[in-house]
Amino acid sequence: MPDRPMIAIENVSRFYASYRALDDVSLEIGAGEFFSLLGPSGCGKTTLLRLIAGFDVPTSGEIRIDGVTSTLLPANRRPTNMVFQNYAIFPHLDVGENVAYGLKRLKLDAAEERRRVSDALDQVRLTGLDRRKATELSGGQRQRVALARALVMRPKVLLLDEPLSALDKKLREEMQVELRSLQKAVGITFVLVTHDQYEALALSDRIAVMFGGRIAQVATPKEIYQHPRTRKVADFLGGMNFLGARLVAERGSDVAVETARFGTIRLERPKGFAAPDGRVTVGIRPERLRLLWDDERAPHELVGRVENRAYFGEVTHLTIGVDGLEKPLSMIETNDYGADDLPLGAEIRLAYDPEAFVLLAEDGVGR
Amino acid sequence: MSSAAITSAPDAPKPATGGRWRHSEEARGLAMISPTLLYALALLLVPVLLVVAYSFWTQNYLEIDRSFTLENYRQALTEPIYRDLFVRSLWISLLTSAITVGFSYPIAWFISFHGGAHRNLWLFLVTIPCWTSYLLRVMSWKVILGYGGVLNTGLMSVGLIDQPITSLLYNANAVVITLVHSWAAFAILPIYVSLQKIDRTLIEAARDLGDGPLRAFLRVTLPLSMPGVISAFLIVMIPTVGDYVTPKLVGGKDGVMIATAIQAQFGKGANWPLGAALSVTTMVLVSLVAAAVVLSLRVAVRRIR
Repeated sequence: MPDRPMIAIENVSRFYASYRALDDVSLEIGAGEFFSLLGPSGCGKTTLLRLIAGFDVPTSGEIRIDGVTSTLLPANRRPTNMVFQNYAIFPHLDVGENVAYGLKRLKLDAAEERRRVSDALDQVRLTGLDRRKATELSGGQRQRVALARALVMRPKVLLLDEPLSALDKKLREEMQVELRSLQKAVGITFVLVTHDQYEALALSDRIAVMFGGRIAQVATPKEIYQHPRTRKVADFLGGMNFLGARLVAERGSDVAVETARFGTIRLERPKGFAAPDGRVTVGIRPERLRLLWDDERAPHELVGRVENRAYFGEVTHLTIGVDGLEKPLSMIETNDYGADDLPLGAEIRLAYDPEAFVLLAEDGVGR
Repeated sequence: MSSAAITSAPDAPKPATGGRWRHSEEARGLAMISPTLLYALALLLVPVLLVVAYSFWTQNYLEIDRSFTLENYRQALTEPIYRDLFVRSLWISLLTSAITVGFSYPIAWFISFHGGAHRNLWLFLVTIPCWTSYLLRVMSWKVILGYGGVLNTGLMSVGLIDQPITSLLYNANAVVITLVHSWAAFAILPIYVSLQKIDRTLIEAARDLGDGPLRAFLRVTLPLSMPGVISAFLIVMIPTVGDYVTPKLVGGKDGVMIATAIQAQFGKGANWPLGAALSVTTMVLVSLVAAAVVLSLRVAVRRIR
């Protein structure tokens, strides 16, 4: 938990008729944090962002921003500013007028206003474009104008609604780096909504993964990737091999589970984990499985055959069939030793690290 | 020529080279619209040209003297009666369009922003008055505004007035009231269309940047709906300047407009050239005033910051 919450969301729900867009969500976002709301479309992440921005009012619950109860405050009276998904650049104004839009109300003197506008444009590397018409901007430039227009207000919280989803891949990756360094430079709280797990992992200090109007897990990118709490979270954050297992022993926070072919694995038990019938799911990431070449040996080995192969340039994705397993394993290999040339049906040996397994709760269990 | 050949795209059609031009998209397009184009020219442009031509001729008892003269325009512009009629017509049409747009904007705004799932029903209801004849709609205002009309008897029975107000009918106000009612639907529709086209997140962005609802409306919604406001203004103003039926029926002596004078010249006055000159002058004047209105509306909106 952050030491001083900038945003506190307490038991917030938002229902549309009988549809539960947000269902009893509680969350704290710290000052200066880069926080991401990650989830598939319809999971409620945008609804939550709009509640923080003040475009919508929760059905129940409370929202505090910087200690001020803001649940019912309209957007214009909150210290938040938003970068919209479609950027919402005013088409009847030029770039400078767009950026200065919110400053007009502050009644600054003309020189001060000009200085803040040009500072904001410098910040997003659009120096000197203030006379450009809004309709003559590229996608990347529109995004920068939207950023400058929000940042010039010096908000306490910057809200970003899928700001990069309209850009092509290369520009998106560039903007990710820029967004991260911009956040470090201005030091304010950023709340990013995204459905792109790599974007969330690369940018955030912490991530909240959401499904069906609820928060499934809140953690740092590393923790959420390496120790996903539920099967759905694990699945959403990248490839994962799921294996059915049986609980055989419990001691303190350690448990031992019995799996087909991988034998008995000792795992740390997550807080609140329960498996009344002793049946559990464990998972291992594809990149934690490794091919063994020639007479190389490893303490934990498994024999399988190549069932499918997909070439991705720097890596190859392999599907390995193993006798006694319900589903084939997927794994990712670098192409240094020729994984991309393995013929289909080839017998291979693979090494795994039992430490790399995670114990996963079924969804809805342990809430 | 050679440089032009280099800079133009190699596959661009060259309209000048006869054979190829006949197969170009441009030629096919022209061929396709030509029947309607010719029809429109025959029915729209030719009559206007005829009126313009007449305005430079002279009526010589039963014959038309086709020698060029500006005498008709001298009369149209200097005779006090015509000058008064021009001023009154322009004033009434200006007032009518301003009031119509002023009344229509909130209706269009309401349908667009709060019409919900029933938007089309609301729009349909707006057009219902247009289903009856124009003449009937004007006549019904006579029933409402008349000496023993609905308004007077209503106000008397409530006790607000002791005797009927006579200033309701047969004056310029009655003309304006009737015209505003008749033209409202034609103003609501273009304003509605331009409001519908506004991206709603722009208004949210304005709110997010610190504007209250009113300021967000003045700085974003209003400027972006200006094309609709301007077309509504023109759609109402241009036809009402030359309206004949309404002033004739509810205008009385003080509500006479230029169309009555034009009708007189083409009818009893039997001076077609003067009637034509009055028509052309009306067209020019209304174009000038309309241009001035459009410009000043643009400037006014531009000043809201």
